[in-house]
Amino acid sequence: MYKTNDLILRTTTSLIAFILLGFAVYLLLAGHNSPGGGFIGGLVTAAAIVLMYMAYGINLIDKIIPINYRTLALIGLLIAVLTGVGSFLFNEPFLSQTFGYFHFPFFGEIELATAMIFDVGVYFTVVGVTITIILNIANDQ
Amino acid sequence: MLFAVLLPLLFAILVPMLSKWKHKIHTGIFVFFIPFLIFLYFIRFVGNDFTPVRQVYNWIPSLGINFDFYLDGLSLLFVLLISGIGSLVVFYSIYYLHVSERLGSFYVYLLMFMTAMLGVVLSDNLFVLYTFWELTSISSFLLIGYWHYRERSRYGAQKSMLITVFGGLSMLGGFILLTVITGTTSIQEMITQTDLILSSDYLPLIMGLILLGAFTKSAQFPFHIWLPDAMEAPTPVSAYLHSATMVKAGIFLVARFSPIFATYEWFFIIVSIVGIATLCWASYMAVRQTDLKGILAFSTISQLGMIMAMLGFGTKAAIFAAIFHILNHATFKGSLFMVAGIIDHETGTRDIRRLGGLLTVMPITATLAVFGTFSMAGIPLPFLNGFYSKEMFFEATLHLNEVVNPIANVIIPLIPYLAVFGSIFTFVYSMYFFFGVFTGPKQFDKLKIKPHEAPIGMLVSPIILVVGVVFIGLFPNSVNGTFLIHAAEAVNNAVEIKDIHFWHGWIPPLFMSLAVVGIGALLYLTREKWSNVYHVLPGKMSMNKVYDGLVKNVDTFSTRLTNTYMTGSLKTYMSIILGTIIFVTFIVMISTNGFNMEFNNLAEVTWIELAVVVIIIIAALATMFTTSKLGAILITGVVGYGVATLFVIYRAPDLALTQLVIETVSVALFLLCFYHLPKLEKRKESTGSKLNNMIISIGFGALMTLIAISAHSTEWFDPISDYFIETAYKLGGGHNVVNVILVDMRGLDTLFEIAVLGIAALAIFSLIKLRKDKEAE
Repeated sequence: MYKTNDLILRTTTSLIAFILLGFAVYLLLAGHNSPGGGFIGGLVTAAAIVLMYMAYGINLIDKIIPINYRTLALIGLLIAVLTGVGSFLFNEPFLSQTFGYFHFPFFGEIELATAMIFDVGVYFTVVGVTITIILNIANDQ
Repeated sequence: MLFAVLLPLLFAILVPMLSKWKHKIHTGIFVFFIPFLIFLYFIRFVGNDFTPVRQVYNWIPSLGINFDFYLDGLSLLFVLLISGIGSLVVFYSIYYLHVSERLGSFYVYLLMFMTAMLGVVLSDNLFVLYTFWELTSISSFLLIGYWHYRERSRYGAQKSMLITVFGGLSMLGGFILLTVITGTTSIQEMITQTDLILSSDYLPLIMGLILLGAFTKSAQFPFHIWLPDAMEAPTPVSAYLHSATMVKAGIFLVARFSPIFATYEWFFIIVSIVGIATLCWASYMAVRQTDLKGILAFSTISQLGMIMAMLGFGTKAAIFAAIFHILNHATFKGSLFMVAGIIDHETGTRDIRRLGGLLTVMPITATLAVFGTFSMAGIPLPFLNGFYSKEMFFEATLHLNEVVNPIANVIIPLIPYLAVFGSIFTFVYSMYFFFGVFTGPKQFDKLKIKPHEAPIGMLVSPIILVVGVVFIGLFPNSVNGTFLIHAAEAVNNAVEIKDIHFWHGWIPPLFMSLAVVGIGALLYLTREKWSNVYHVLPGKMSMNKVYDGLVKNVDTFSTRLTNTYMTGSLKTYMSIILGTIIFVTFIVMISTNGFNMEFNNLAEVTWIELAVVVIIIIAALATMFTTSKLGAILITGVVGYGVATLFVIYRAPDLALTQLVIETVSVALFLLCFYHLPKLEKRKESTGSKLNNMIISIGFGALMTLIAISAHSTEWFDPISDYFIETAYKLGGGHNVVNVILVDMRGLDTLFEIAVLGIAALAIFSLIKLRKDKEAE
């Protein structure tokens, strides 16, 4: 890669990446009631990370975010499977989900669903898979 | 009885261990006791007051398949032949096979064969019979290919396997039909239902299939060709399998089933014609052979043809003669094979043109050969058993049952002449065998080994068999009442005991015999003069050519066929797959009246949908005609975004979001990958291939469109989406129905989809990081 002065790209990236990441988290959490969910949330997160890689180069971002994305994908899968296995503890069939409303100080009443944990699994897998694929192909000589 | 049948097989397990000591004790010595014990076990049943014995051992009772052993006179005759000649052959092989050979394999195969053969003749259950039948084919295959380093052995083994297994499978088809019709798997019960079988529409098919099995196994014309090639086996094997036992399995089968089929006129016609044809053709061909075992092989074929013909005649006298000849043939042919083996062993060749004048150096062998060959020729001497059965054969040809059938009426008067014709050639090759080997000029300098008399151990078995020949010749009535009559009874009920006499007076059979000897002697002496006849018939035509051509052509044909569609070109495979889908789906849809066009249940088309669709269509067409690869990728992206727009229009926000991001990611990936690929070039294709592609793609698109319209026009069930919409919040706690379905109601699908993603990522990682050529660098 040739060296250029891409000051504008880097400055906008540092701003946009955080907006993207925030939006991704919103998509993930809002998925149960509005358009969104683990899949699209994961893709947007991946887009933000790819953007950072493009702006700052592989070496720097690898240092800043020291995550092994293959492991991340597997962790996501593990979370998803464990939410399924967890329902055995309550004598329910595999992947039974439940939800409830809880009152928290400061936040007020919030709906918590076990499906959310499953979605987090999906989210991690998608992030891990997408980044693994893109980085591997991009770095291949 | 089960133990007696399985004893050889069980003992075969021990043989490999015993063969480790083969340098101290020849393995055959241990093996010898097995057939001998079986012989002793079964000889107890012989007697004038013999009655059939039945024993049943369960195997698969739910399917009616059991070890159902039925020992009647016919089985007893065969069982004694198998175990008796088996003992002699094993004894002979002790001296014939050197300890440097693979003795373990030899005796394992031989014992396996013995069990199989005992099973065939004792089974009353059709399917158990079939099991043992195929085991004889397999063990015969192994024994013919015993010297597997020889090309001819492998060829012979393959040939016999292909032909006998072909017959065996046809026979299985016949058995299944019989079982379906009668509802039983027992042969004896089937015999009681003969009328039912004879009235069945499938009778010709059943009989044809079963006879095909019998004819291939017993080397009947035109399936006889495997037997001469099976002579590549060690001589004890030829003596045992290919003269005395296995080739008689087909005879046994015909005899076993003749109580059922005998009254069917086509049984008489087919079996008689095939038998007589085999007799004449094989005895004619035997004279042409130069290999001793080749002569004996064709001789065996012709003798089997004679027995088969007598079974076909079906008269009481003929059946009795057939049974008698089975016994006689086993004795003299077994001894002749052993004689041929001795000559081979002591002179190093079996080529009759290089042999001659052995009478003085091998007097004992020569004496044995005299009895064997003269008995085979049917020379009227009171101490040769072959004469008795041959004369009974002549007599039987003269007194055939009348059958009202135009074909039968033509052949019945011809049979005696054909029988004499075949017997004349039998006489010629018998004389040729004896005088060609033992008299004439001595040419020992051409031989590898200086000829000398065989060791005594090798002579014991043929001596016993020749003693049998002479004994039956001198006292033919001794075997008559004890078991011949019981065997004949099993084939054809109520056979009166007939005394066998040497002298019947001046009756036609005697004249026939004398004619055979007279003309035969004349033909033998003038053999050189008429041997040119073989250039005319068979000349260049032979069943071997047919077989070889068949095997070769099937091979080349299938290679060619495979090459036409296995081109290695993915394009061809795609057109085959898509073409098949179009063809099959279209036929199914037409035949089930599946195309259903209804347009009354449609939503209104808005201009915005129309605009998006037109853009998508233009983009899709453009990808086909663009020559730039980057252009193609970007235009594909247009299609993807167009689809995303459609999702927006059709109010699928989740899908639209995902489609947008996925489309972007995949376009980016395409760009990354295609960057490294060579430039897209204008594909040079013939117009035919282009036309083919066009027809298939348009056809496929049209078919899918039709199916989509038909599917939309047909509504058999109410959609379940109402349930999801109603219960998404109540049960899943979410307002986003799509997401609730994905993570809650159908969570399992999502789980495996992310597993697919994970696998894809790992696969791409391994493809890129773990390349072989990368390691090599």
